Amino acid sequence: MLTMVAQAKRASALFERNVVVYKRLPWNIVSGFFEPVLYLFSIGIGVGALVSGTFTVDGEPMSYALFVAPAMMAQSAMSGAMIESAFNLFGKMRYQKLYDAFLATPVGPNEIAWGELSFALARGGAYSAAFLVVMAVMDLTTSWWAVLALPGALLIGLAFGGLGMAIATFLRSWQDFDYVTGIMYVMFLFSGTFAPIALFPAWAQWLVQVTPLYHGVELLRGLTTGQVGPGLIGHAVYLAALAAIGLTIASRRMGKLLLK
Amino acid sequence: MRAWACYHYELIGYRRTWKGSVFSQFIVPVLFMLSIGLGVGTYVDRGGALGAVDYVSYLAPGLLVSTAMQLAVGESTFPVFSNFEWSRYYYAMQATPVRVRDVLGGLLGFLLTRVLVGAGAFLLVMAVFGAVHSPWLLGTLPVAGLVGLACAGPAIAFAARVTSAANFSLMFRFVLIPLSLFSGVFFPVERLPGWLEPLAYVSPLWHAVELSRQFAFGAFTNAASWHAAYLLVWLVAGWFLAHSSFTRRLQK
Amino acid sequence: MALITARGLQKRFGDLTAVKGIDVQVEPGEAFGFLGPNGAGKSSTMKMIGCVSPRTAGELSILGLDPATHAAEIKARLGVVPQTDNLDVELSVLENLTVYARFFGISRAEARRRALELLEFVQLTERANDRVEPLSGGMKRRLTIARALINEPEIVLLDEPTTGLDPQARHLVWERLFRLKQRGVTLVLTTHYMDEAEQLCDRLVVMDGGKIVAEGSPRELIERHSTREVVELRFSLNEMDELGSIAEKLDGIAQRIETLPDRLLLYAADGDAAIAEVHARGVVPASVLARRSTLEDVFLHITGRTLVD
Ligand SMILES: Nc1ncnc2c1ncn2[C@@H]1O[C@H](COP(=O)(O)OP(=O)(O)OP(=O)(O)O)[C@@H](O)[C@H]1O
Ligand SMILES: [Mg+2]
Repeated sequence: MLTMVAQAKRASALFERNVVVYKRLPWNIVSGFFEPVLYLFSIGIGVGALVSGTFTVDGEPMSYALFVAPAMMAQSAMSGAMIESAFNLFGKMRYQKLYDAFLATPVGPNEIAWGELSFALARGGAYSAAFLVVMAVMDLTTSWWAVLALPGALLIGLAFGGLGMAIATFLRSWQDFDYVTGIMYVMFLFSGTFAPIALFPAWAQWLVQVTPLYHGVELLRGLTTGQVGPGLIGHAVYLAALAAIGLTIASRRMGKLLLK
Repeated sequence: MRAWACYHYELIGYRRTWKGSVFSQFIVPVLFMLSIGLGVGTYVDRGGALGAVDYVSYLAPGLLVSTAMQLAVGESTFPVFSNFEWSRYYYAMQATPVRVRDVLGGLLGFLLTRVLVGAGAFLLVMAVFGAVHSPWLLGTLPVAGLVGLACAGPAIAFAARVTSAANFSLMFRFVLIPLSLFSGVFFPVERLPGWLEPLAYVSPLWHAVELSRQFAFGAFTNAASWHAAYLLVWLVAGWFLAHSSFTRRLQK
Repeated sequence: MALITARGLQKRFGDLTAVKGIDVQVEPGEAFGFLGPNGAGKSSTMKMIGCVSPRTAGELSILGLDPATHAAEIKARLGVVPQTDNLDVELSVLENLTVYARFFGISRAEARRRALELLEFVQLTERANDRVEPLSGGMKRRLTIARALINEPEIVLLDEPTTGLDPQARHLVWERLFRLKQRGVTLVLTTHYMDEAEQLCDRLVVMDGGKIVAEGSPRELIERHSTREVVELRFSLNEMDELGSIAEKLDGIAQRIETLPDRLLLYAADGDAAIAEVHARGVVPASVLARRSTLEDVFLHITGRTLVD
C-alpha cells in the first residue's frame, strides 16, 4: 500500500513536468479543442443543412448535427490520447532521451507510463468536457445519459492511450508514424462518423466493426442521443479490453526498452 | 538560369520524400470523396438541396483546389523554416550568386509542379467517380496552380518570420483548417451565419472554389474574372511579402 | 561497510560481453575511478550501479541493497551524471532542477531552495531562467552535475564528467567535484583522461575490454607499472619508418623502451642521464622531452596500447 502511494507520487511528478512545459505553450493546448468544433460546424451543421429532412439512421429521421457531434467528440478523444501517448512519448523516448534522465531517479518505467497516460487522459478529458458543453449549449444532447459521455470519452482515451503507447514501443522512426497517422485518418472518416456504416458494402462494415474508433463513436452516440441499450456495454467492453491489452504490452516493452 | 538551379534543388530533395506525400496529397482527397462525397452525399442527393447537381460533382472541384492550397501551404512552412533554422540551406545560398528571387522562384516553380501533378491525378479520380461534366474541367488545373501560389506567398513570409516550429501547428489549426472547412468546399457559403459570410469572401480559397466549380460545369458567371483577379492580387502581394520577409531573415 | 561491492559482475548485450566479471569495492568518502579506453565497459558498469541496466550475472550491492530488487530505494540516494547530457530542453535551467527534485518526492518549496543553492554552486545563477539549448557545453555539464546533487546524494556517479570540455571548463568542473569530495560525498567516475584520474581519484581501476587490468591509487599504479621518469623522443619524418632500428641502437639505456607509431618512450629512473646516453650513442632526435610518468604510461605498459587514440 505504502509503495503504491509512493509510485503514484512519482508518476504524478511526470504529470507535473508536462504541466510546467505546457504552461508555456497554452495555445498548443487550447488549439486542440477547436478542431472537432470546427468540423462540427462545417460538416455537422453546414452540410447538415443540405440533408435536413432526408437524413435517416435505421430508417428513422434524425438531425445530422446530432449524428455527427458525438463522433467528433470520440475522434477528438482518440487523437488527443494518441498525440500524447504515441507521438510525444516516442519523441521523448527515442530522440530527447528524456526518460533516461528520469530513470536515474527513483522513478521506474511503469511509473513513467502511468504518468504520461494520466496526462494524456487529463488533456483529452478536458477537451471532451469542453466539447460536451458546446454540444449541450447547441442543444445537441437529448438526454441526461449524455453526462456519461464524459467517462465514455475517457474510456476511449484510455483505450487509444494504451494502444498508442504499445505502438510507440514498436516503431523505429518518424516515417513509421506516417502509417499511424494514415490509419487514424481512415478511421476518422469511416467509423460511422459522417455517415452510418449501413451504407457501406458488407465487407467494409465488418472491417469497420473490428476497429476501435467505431466502438467509441457508437458508445458516445448512444449516450448523447439517449438511445441506451445493452449494445453500449459491448462497445465499452471492447474499449476496456483494448486498453488492458495495450497497457500490458506497453508496460512490458517500456521496461525492456528503457532498462537495457 | 539561377532560379532554374533552385528549382532543381527542390526537385532533388523531393525525390527522397515523395512517397510520404502520396498519402496526404492523393489518398486523403480520395478518402474524403468516399466518406463525405458518397456517404453524406447519398442523403444530400435524396433531398435535392443542390438542385440538379449531385453532391460528389459539387464537392470534387472544391476538394481539388482545397488540396492544392493545403499542399502549397504545407510545403512552404515547415520545409522553409527548416532551411533557415536547421539545414541553413538558404544561408549557404547567400554565399553564391543566387538571389532571393531565384530561391523564391525555384520554390514556387516546384510547388506549381507538385500542385499540377496532384490536381491532374485528382481529375482522373473524378472521372472514376463520374464527376466529369464538361471539357472545361481542364481549366481547374490552372485554378489549382493559382490558388496554391497565391497562398504559398504569405505562408513563406510567415515561415521566414517565426522563430519556433510550434507556430505552424497553430497556423494550421487556426487558419488553414478553418479556411478549408468554411470556404464553400463542402456547402455553399450562403448557408454560413450572416456575420461569417463576409469572412468567406475574403478567403482566397472561396474564390478558387467558385472558379473551379464554374470550370467543372463549364458554366461561367460574370464573377469569374473577378475571382481570378482576386487570386492574382494575392499572388503578387504574396510574392512581395515573401521576398521582403526572406531578405530580412537572411540579414539576421 | 563498503558502499558499492561488485563480485564477478557481468553485462552482456546479445553476443557481446561488455563487462566480463569485475570485482570492485568502493568505500565511503573516497573518490573512485574507472579509467579505460573507448568500449572498455565503463558506462555499462556505471549503468548497472545506477540501477538502469540489469546485470547479466554476478553480485552487486549498493548501499547494502540489491539493485534488482531495491532500485527505487538505491536511486533515491544516488546522483547520476550520464556520459551525454540529457537535460530537459523544454524546461528552463531552474526548472530542470525543480522538476527533477519532484521525482525524489522533494516538496516544491524545498526543491526551489535547493535548486537556487545548487545554481550558485555551479555558477549558473544568472542563467536560471534561460532555456537549456543555448548554454555552452561546460554550462550544460555543470547543470547536469547540479541536477545530480538535488537529492543530496550519498554517492555521485559521473560518467566522463569533462569529456569534450575546453581546459578552462574542465578545471571549473574539477574544482567543484573536489569540493564535493571534501564534504564527504563519495564520487565514482569514469574517464579516459589520466590527468583527470590523477587529479580526482583516490583509488582507481584500469579497465580494458570489459576486464579490470590493474587497481590501486594513482601513485601506486605508477610505481608498480612504470618508472619515475619518461623520455619522449620524436624524429624527423624520414626517420619515422626506422623507429624500430633506432630503438635497438638505444638498447640498455632505459629499463624499457616502447615504440609508438610517432615516437619512442624510454622508461628510466633518471631522465637526464638517459638523454645524455642517447646523444652519446650518436642518435639525434628532432625533439626530446623528459617528464614524470603518468597513468597513460601505466596503461601502455599493461595493454600495449595508448588510452586516447
Ligand atoms: N545498449 C547496448 N546495446 C548493445 N551494445 C552495447 C550497449 N551499450 C554498450 N554496448 C557495447 O558494450 C561495449 C562497452 O560499452 P561502454 O559504453 O560500456 O564502453 P565505455 O567504456 O563507456 O566506452 P566510452 O569511453 O566510449 O564511453 C561497447 O562495445 C558497446 O558497443
Ligand atoms: Mg562510456
